Amino acid sequence: MRSNQAYPGENKWKGWLYLLPGFLIYLGFTFYPILETVRTSFYEWNGFSARRDWIGLQNYRVMFYDAQFTNAFLHNLIFILFFCVLPVLLGLLLASLLTRKTLPGMTFFRTVLFLPQVISMVVVGVIWRWIFNPQFGPLNILLKAVGLGSLTRAWLGDFALALPAVGSVGTWVQYGFCMILFLAGMQHISEEYYEASSLDGANAFQQFLHITIPGLRAEIGVALVTTIIAALRVFDLVYVTTRGGPGNATLVVGFLIYRSAFQQNRIGYASAVATVLMIIILAISLLIRRLQNGNEEAKE
Amino acid sequence: MTSPKTQLVPRYLLLTFFALLVLLPVSGLFLGAFKTDTQLIQGPFSLPRTWNLDNFRQAWFTGRFNIFFKNSVIVSAAVVAASVFISVLMGYAFGLLPLPGKKWLFPLILLGYMVPFEAVIIPLYHFLDLLGLRDTYWALILPQIGLSVSFGTLWMTSFFENAPRDLVDAAAMDGCTRWQTLWRVLWPLAKPSVTTLVVLVFMWTWNEFLLALVLVQDETMRTLPVGLAFFQGKYTANIPLLAAGALIVAVPTVLVYILFQRFFIRGMLGGAVKG
Repeated sequence: MRSNQAYPGENKWKGWLYLLPGFLIYLGFTFYPILETVRTSFYEWNGFSARRDWIGLQNYRVMFYDAQFTNAFLHNLIFILFFCVLPVLLGLLLASLLTRKTLPGMTFFRTVLFLPQVISMVVVGVIWRWIFNPQFGPLNILLKAVGLGSLTRAWLGDFALALPAVGSVGTWVQYGFCMILFLAGMQHISEEYYEASSLDGANAFQQFLHITIPGLRAEIGVALVTTIIAALRVFDLVYVTTRGGPGNATLVVGFLIYRSAFQQNRIGYASAVATVLMIIILAISLLIRRLQNGNEEAKE
Repeated sequence: MTSPKTQLVPRYLLLTFFALLVLLPVSGLFLGAFKTDTQLIQGPFSLPRTWNLDNFRQAWFTGRFNIFFKNSVIVSAAVVAASVFISVLMGYAFGLLPLPGKKWLFPLILLGYMVPFEAVIIPLYHFLDLLGLRDTYWALILPQIGLSVSFGTLWMTSFFENAPRDLVDAAAMDGCTRWQTLWRVLWPLAKPSVTTLVVLVFMWTWNEFLLALVLVQDETMRTLPVGLAFFQGKYTANIPLLAAGALIVAVPTVLVYILFQRFFIRGMLGGAVKG
């Protein structure tokens, strides 16, 4: 970031006036709560009594031995497969098969593929609870219609299937985003690389491996990290589809924070979980920025 | 080598497949909102026999979606107006004004862009309780501005950093103050970036769930997504009614998305992603 010079006779602190309204709101309602979450994680507190006990790292110790936390975190890791790995692979598949020139009608497909990104996750949850409904959901109706009636399940109520069922909704939300991101990136790869490699006898797969993938490095980085974060912080979708159930079969870290803090009044413990989630997400966000910056340097 | 024509067919087939995978569930919801229970079971994706608005009427009046809608509009309008104005000021300061301490101020703002709502929700609840602001519009508006301003500042800073410097200097030569330069010279140029910011902040605020779930307990203060979640708890099996409620929630963002698509996608590909 470059620094800007003041004009002769201008007060160089004037810029601070422009920051003031935003900074006050930001400090009060974002920055202070971040610090307060970390501080509260060292206390035992039920949320309403005046008494707070400093217990040091005890909340963190409890957390690492708590089967609910490790379970929830494991579920978030499994969600990475559904929110990130599958959508990125599908996006790459599509990118590899489409030409770099824009196809007629592409605007329509782009509009549709992006749609799940703009719909409230609560609405997405309503849609998929209907589709997965054991009695009258279209999925079971379809299975019966094609003679696979034996495969019908109570998808969201099944201990083994609820997690992949919710996860596949995540795939549904994210794959269009990855496809559009990669297709946009393909526009910046010069056609000459493909022509030259064709003359050298490279086949489509080799071109994909040695031209497309390296050319999309920045986009793949963005897609990986943003979808990983979506998988780690998922809350709305789980809240509306399963509330973490059946049992704790779809419990995720975001829901554990909500439940511990606002239903069980374990404020210190919930803050410790929130702190750990925040640190993991910050680490991944910093990684994305390094990837993006590294790529800009490479271009120069 | 195969001819371009024969290559087109599998490509369109693939695109159509993935587009249908999105469109079928969404259109099922849309059509379902006009049906009765029995009609829906008979054919999830068939056209309704009549375009019956009873479900919408019931959701709107009995389900109190009229109140939730009003709340969502008030909160979104306030958050969008305040966040965009504040972000333009902050982006201008970071991008073009002399700003002592910029090196450590900027990462501070960046932090807010990266943390999830889960990381701030617990102290926010107690802080707003202390201020006596729980169950008010302020409880939904102020934290949402705080978090939107982080992205907004980053977004507007990159616009102002790349704004034509000769224009800024020429305006100063002509005697414009910094304030006049911002609104008379740069504002017209900033409109595309500002439009993107408006539609993104609108979408995030409209769809925001956790804040509204936790910070508001009074039913009459709920926003649409939270209203829909409770509505679903009450009418679990009445899919047509839920579909009507869900449509009321979804239609405004989808309309804005279709009208401002170009701005939308530009912003989302620029690193602003659904959380």
